[in-house]
Amino acid sequence: MNSVIFLTIVLLALSSYFFGRKKAILIQSNKRLTALPKFYGYYLAIWCGAPAFLLYALWSIFEPSIVRFFILSDYSSQGLLEGELNLFYEKVKSLSRNQYSGELTAELQRSAEKYLNFRDIAKWSKVVIVLSLLIASTGYAYTKISNNTKTREPVEIFLKGVFFLSSLAAILTTIGIIFSLLFQTIEFFQVIPLFDFVFGMHWYPAKAFVRDASEALDPSMYSDTFGAVPIFAGTFFIALIAMCVAIPIGLLSGIYMAEYASKRLRQYAKPVIEILAGIPTVVYGFFAALTVGPFLKDLGLSLGLEVSAESALAAGGVMGIMIIPFISSLSDDVITSVPQNLRDGSYAMGATKSETIKRVIIPAALPGIVGSILLGVSRAIGETMIVVMASGLAANLTLNPLESTSTITAQIVVILIGDQQFGDPKTQAAFALGLSLFIVTLVLNIVALSVVKKYREKYE
Amino acid sequence: MNKEERLIKRYKAEKRFRFYGKAAIFMALLFLVVFLTKIFSTGYTAFQKTWLVIPVNYNADLLYLDPDKKPTTEDINDADFYEFGIETFITLDPDASEDQIMELKKMFAFTFERELKYYLLDNPDSFGKTVDVKLTASDDLDQVFKGNYPRDIPENRRRASDYQLKIFDKLNEDGRVISEFNASFFTNADSREAELAGIASSFMGSLFSILVCLSIAFPVALLAAVYLEEFAPKNRFTDFIEVNINNLAAVPSIVFGLLGLGVLLAVFGLPRSTPLVGGITLSLMTLPTIIIAARASLKAVPPSIREAALAMGASRMQTTMHHTVPLALPGTLSGTIIGLAQALGETAPLILIGMVAFVNTIPGTPMDPAASLPVQIYIWAESAERGFVEKVSACIMVLLFFLIFMNLGAQLIRHKFEKKWN
Repeated sequence: MNSVIFLTIVLLALSSYFFGRKKAILIQSNKRLTALPKFYGYYLAIWCGAPAFLLYALWSIFEPSIVRFFILSDYSSQGLLEGELNLFYEKVKSLSRNQYSGELTAELQRSAEKYLNFRDIAKWSKVVIVLSLLIASTGYAYTKISNNTKTREPVEIFLKGVFFLSSLAAILTTIGIIFSLLFQTIEFFQVIPLFDFVFGMHWYPAKAFVRDASEALDPSMYSDTFGAVPIFAGTFFIALIAMCVAIPIGLLSGIYMAEYASKRLRQYAKPVIEILAGIPTVVYGFFAALTVGPFLKDLGLSLGLEVSAESALAAGGVMGIMIIPFISSLSDDVITSVPQNLRDGSYAMGATKSETIKRVIIPAALPGIVGSILLGVSRAIGETMIVVMASGLAANLTLNPLESTSTITAQIVVILIGDQQFGDPKTQAAFALGLSLFIVTLVLNIVALSVVKKYREKYE
Repeated sequence: MNKEERLIKRYKAEKRFRFYGKAAIFMALLFLVVFLTKIFSTGYTAFQKTWLVIPVNYNADLLYLDPDKKPTTEDINDADFYEFGIETFITLDPDASEDQIMELKKMFAFTFERELKYYLLDNPDSFGKTVDVKLTASDDLDQVFKGNYPRDIPENRRRASDYQLKIFDKLNEDGRVISEFNASFFTNADSREAELAGIASSFMGSLFSILVCLSIAFPVALLAAVYLEEFAPKNRFTDFIEVNINNLAAVPSIVFGLLGLGVLLAVFGLPRSTPLVGGITLSLMTLPTIIIAARASLKAVPPSIREAALAMGASRMQTTMHHTVPLALPGTLSGTIIGLAQALGETAPLILIGMVAFVNTIPGTPMDPAASLPVQIYIWAESAERGFVEKVSACIMVLLFFLIFMNLGAQLIRHKFEKKWN
């Protein structure tokens, strides 16, 4: 039904374009127009489609809650709890779809009938009202069209409005992220004290088994369950291992590319290294779990070390490989943009190339390099699949790279894979972890971007 | 230390530094090579499928059909091919004990009933005769034949028993084990049995998600970029939008998964596990990438083009829509393709919105539950069976093929259609 209304609106709007243009062409035969005939077409099409579509969208959004209000208004005097009303309403809905298999009461039956009735009324009144608005607005615009109607300006203002709304998509996404994370997190902290989460030393979300809905929430049940310190430590530890791989290789190859490499080597090696950035992370995860993990384990055995097959070293090392291209190309850019006269000055003093790089260029490019490293760190912290597949899922608090640890991202996946139950502290814990991840990466990015920006301004 | 020595030392340091740089580049390239060889060497065998060709006697008595009358399609459909299959397998070793018969059965994929039936349906003339029929080998034997399973370890640590291997080797000597291109890998949906699992369902899931993502992200991003580059007033709000876009580009992908879960599923009640939700989530993620690419190419259009159009009496909107946007389109498109390639390889947000469900049907619309190629890689990689390892690598090869293809496409569009302004 909804798609039929939608298609009707679109089709009518399209055809009114032709009506509008035709009328304009007719007028044109004896009078001068103020705009091209097609603008009259657009003008009419917008008047036809936009108000009807807006009403249709608003109606579709608000209809369910209005119907719900009318159905439940019969029971509002009985002093039922919000949860009981919700449950009742769900029962009514499933009964109206003939999918109800519970106990039938007269109340339920009456409400289901009423519900179906309301839905019917709502459906048909929606069709009638939307279509009559469409006809009214089109008619109004059609009669208004004359030789000196301003049509181009309104059409362009309308388009500009659409453009503006599109640019709000980014803000809406940010608001959506913050809303979804914050909402669940606040509920989480009503059960688990913030202090326990941030400073607790034990993370066993599996202990927080799914609770029966009727059971009262007992916070003491969750003591020693959601202490995030091992998770935060594991995240930074694995990121540290990754940076130990990525910084030397990325930075040195970036320097070599910028200062030493011949044009040919640059032309071929640079895109090839950047392939590393384009490989999906799940592929790295598979590589780390299948090849690197067992390899390190065997290597450890031959050296007499006990290495977990899911060691932090395997996950961090492979993550480091993934980050190499980010650091190498960013630092390459930064070094290339150091002004030539700094180099010339240094050579003129008799310095060798490497001395120039180490004593002049790197200090000059340092803010940019730091920025690129920070961006790399932010990537390492937010990386999910490698850790999920190659590192452990149990949160150990350890500083031994040969043991397994877990990260924020891996725990979010572990908790939320499969069916989730909203309103459960375990699910909310994942959102709380997500919020901490969002805040950490946001801060890192803002700092990194502002450092790089300042640096660019210095030399441009 | 005199001057000469110091100079030698400095030159040595120079050489050393240069060597470090070369070594770093070499290491990075080495990782890539090791990585690709590993994937290809474990994956290429998945494109081959092992069949066992065994003599089958389509005897009327064994099928409980009338021997004098030619069976109709319905008769064949109703016949019991399970017992018939077991009887056929016994002919491979007439002395087999009860246990050994079960082992014989396990040499074949559980689809043997269907395969025997369809052979008879396709070749009705073979009724009452003994013919050679191709049956899918079980993944254990498939792996043995491809040399991925060591045969020399003790029997209790092996999936294929000594007895199965004996029969298998006899078949192999008779030339009854054949290896052909594995078409079912591309046409089958996912399965719990490695020898039957294919990528069709996850491929369709990926395709639908990418299409949804494209149809949302491209128009919104292009219009947003046009607004910000051509119309936006220079004020704080515009700056705020820009800061937002730059920050969104760096938000970890898993956070978008939480957004999809917390808003699209929980608030809007869209159906779980579907490419529709996956596509919307991915579109929010690719939006900033495309906006940044589109703005860069709009910026690259020289102001003289705009001034010329304005001087000819075009309005701002006409200048933008008729001149600036078409000129910026190639760059925007190539940025869009690169953004879509990123979205195609994305796994974590899709896992959170439930696209990891086991789906053994091929989805027909974006509203059907589905997996996607990277999620399929994850699902198979987590599976313990050895037969899935080569499947994972093969799936990775398919995914990498599409990514390379898309990136080359983006390069091509950029080089072929983009105007260079000098």
